Amino acid sequence: MLEKALVGSRRYWTWVFFLSAIVAIGFINYLFQFKNGLGITGMSRDVSWGLYIGQFTFLVGVAASAVMLVIPYYLHDFKKFGKIVILGEFLAVASVTMCISFIFVDLGQPMRVLNVILHPTPNSILFWDMIVLNGYLFLNIVIGWVTLSSDRKGVKPPSWIKSLIYLSIPWAFSIHTVTAFLYAGLPGRHFWLSAIMAARFLASAFAGGPALLIILALIVRKLTKFDPGREPIQALGKIVTYAMIANVFFLGLEFFTAFYSQIPGHTHPFKYLYAGLEGHGKLVPLMWASTVLAIISLILLVVPQWRRSERILAFACGALFVSLWIDKGFGLVVGGFIPNPFEGVTEYWPTLRETFIALGVWALGFLVLTLLYKIAVSVREETEGIEIEH
Amino acid sequence: MSMDRRQFLKVAGISTIFGLGGAPVINWLRNDGLEASHVLTDEKALIGKHWAMVIDMSRFETEEDYRRVIHACHSIHNVPNLDNPKDAVKWIWTDTYHHTFPGQENEYIPEEIKHKPFILLCNHCQNPPCVRVCPTKATFKRKDGIVMMDQHRCIGCRFCMAGCPFGARSFNYKDPRPFIKEENKEYPTRTIGVVEKCTFCFERLAKGLIPACVEASQNAAKEAGKEPGMFFGDLEDPASEVRKVLSTRYSIRRKQELGTQPSVFYIIGGGKNA
Repeated sequence: MLEKALVGSRRYWTWVFFLSAIVAIGFINYLFQFKNGLGITGMSRDVSWGLYIGQFTFLVGVAASAVMLVIPYYLHDFKKFGKIVILGEFLAVASVTMCISFIFVDLGQPMRVLNVILHPTPNSILFWDMIVLNGYLFLNIVIGWVTLSSDRKGVKPPSWIKSLIYLSIPWAFSIHTVTAFLYAGLPGRHFWLSAIMAARFLASAFAGGPALLIILALIVRKLTKFDPGREPIQALGKIVTYAMIANVFFLGLEFFTAFYSQIPGHTHPFKYLYAGLEGHGKLVPLMWASTVLAIISLILLVVPQWRRSERILAFACGALFVSLWIDKGFGLVVGGFIPNPFEGVTEYWPTLRETFIALGVWALGFLVLTLLYKIAVSVREETEGIEIEH
Repeated sequence: MSMDRRQFLKVAGISTIFGLGGAPVINWLRNDGLEASHVLTDEKALIGKHWAMVIDMSRFETEEDYRRVIHACHSIHNVPNLDNPKDAVKWIWTDTYHHTFPGQENEYIPEEIKHKPFILLCNHCQNPPCVRVCPTKATFKRKDGIVMMDQHRCIGCRFCMAGCPFGARSFNYKDPRPFIKEENKEYPTRTIGVVEKCTFCFERLAKGLIPACVEASQNAAKEAGKEPGMFFGDLEDPASEVRKVLSTRYSIRRKQELGTQPSVFYIIGGGKNA
């Protein structure tokens, strides 16, 4: 099926080369970082993780969201998702690719990355994160590829794939739970030391991921002859709405615990993020932008008439995605480091090179996504009108 | 059995994957792998079961008292002197009472303590979160309680920096070598992209010497005919210097509530009777 990614319209190739160019710019900047060290980023002794690890955390959520299509389709026999499950699985592949790349560019000694396998350390959550992320990547590549090639041949997929599909469901939950455990088990980082961290991660994942999927499905419909259909998109819209409500609720719980208990260590990061601390407030406008976008998107999503309009739905999903990106891809990681263990404030802002490297990784992910979607859409166009069953 | 090209590649590919993943499993089963914590011991070496340090802050009076111990450490360990706090590498340094013991401060403590610099270094916790989170065992706890670093194994993920509640760890954001004033050829310099911190002078203990900062403090005290501000010894040995000091003077540790069990104890002192 790979050959389907090698033929395409002028527009397709322009887009592929555009993404490749951004990847190249990112790569050149990465070489600079490789030579000169992570000192070229905005990270410091106090804020030792930044944009890279934030993107990684956010994208694990996007990857996990494929399960929001898999569960209704395979466990509840919701047939409408039949044609678009593949979009979720391939989005997961692209997202995990970005996750792994973001971890890689964040390493101080990337050439030693295999030490994680050479010296396996089960007491480190990062060790488990490596296992679950690679496992999830493998599962989604195999499941996506096998089911799609069966669809193309017009046959039922082999029965063994079912067991992998069922396995992928708890596995999706595991990738985001383990990623939350990276943070939630650290003593002395009050902002992250919260039992609800994993639940919050999952809620934001199941809102943000399907929101992106809706936007992608609408783009696919506009640019190709494959129509994902109105009903699946509406069903996804409902999932996004519920998940976002849960996410905002969980964030509210964090606020309550911090501010009703009034334990200084617990309130400080929230104060830093939303009001500024000791005269430092670089992230305040961003966090409020995230809050406003979250409210706007929720209002638009909750009202059924508005949600039913695909234009409004698309806008709401866009707002929601940006809101969650700020909250999780930036505020969550940076906020955990401020104030530092000495209750001092060192602020963080990514440098230009760091931003280019991050953009490069995003472009790489979208390149993978484009190629995979090109294949999936070509198969769907070929087999238009044929009912498929997995 | 005949096999076509496609089948052969399949079998070879799968075997390779299992082979790669299998190596650590086989090593683990054989259990003769050399760990980074394996070291050769010298006859003169100081051997302890739980090395610990006591810092008597009341003995730090002049700027020279602080400079002396920091210089003793940073000069022999090739700690680079980067001016900007962003990329700074510190093994032993100073900060205020409020920053050293956050949550313990109140506004009515003596002015002297409020503004006094406190000596900070790695606590060599007995239950170290940095060791727990390290994905490669590049940081590990030795049998004598020292929390060590293997800078050749460190991948630079900085998970230990997020895990340490004491801000004791520094990352080499830049190549440290140009920032070393006078290189000590007896001790290795570090490369970019690895984490480092105080090692309780494991290399000096191995030669029968106490940590450089403690030695500097004690030598200066002897010259001036005063009591030293730093002590080092084995907590498990009831006759050790640290045990003697701890049994007669009231001491505190940083962030005890987190359960990391720091091995660095502070005597705050304050008044003249302290």
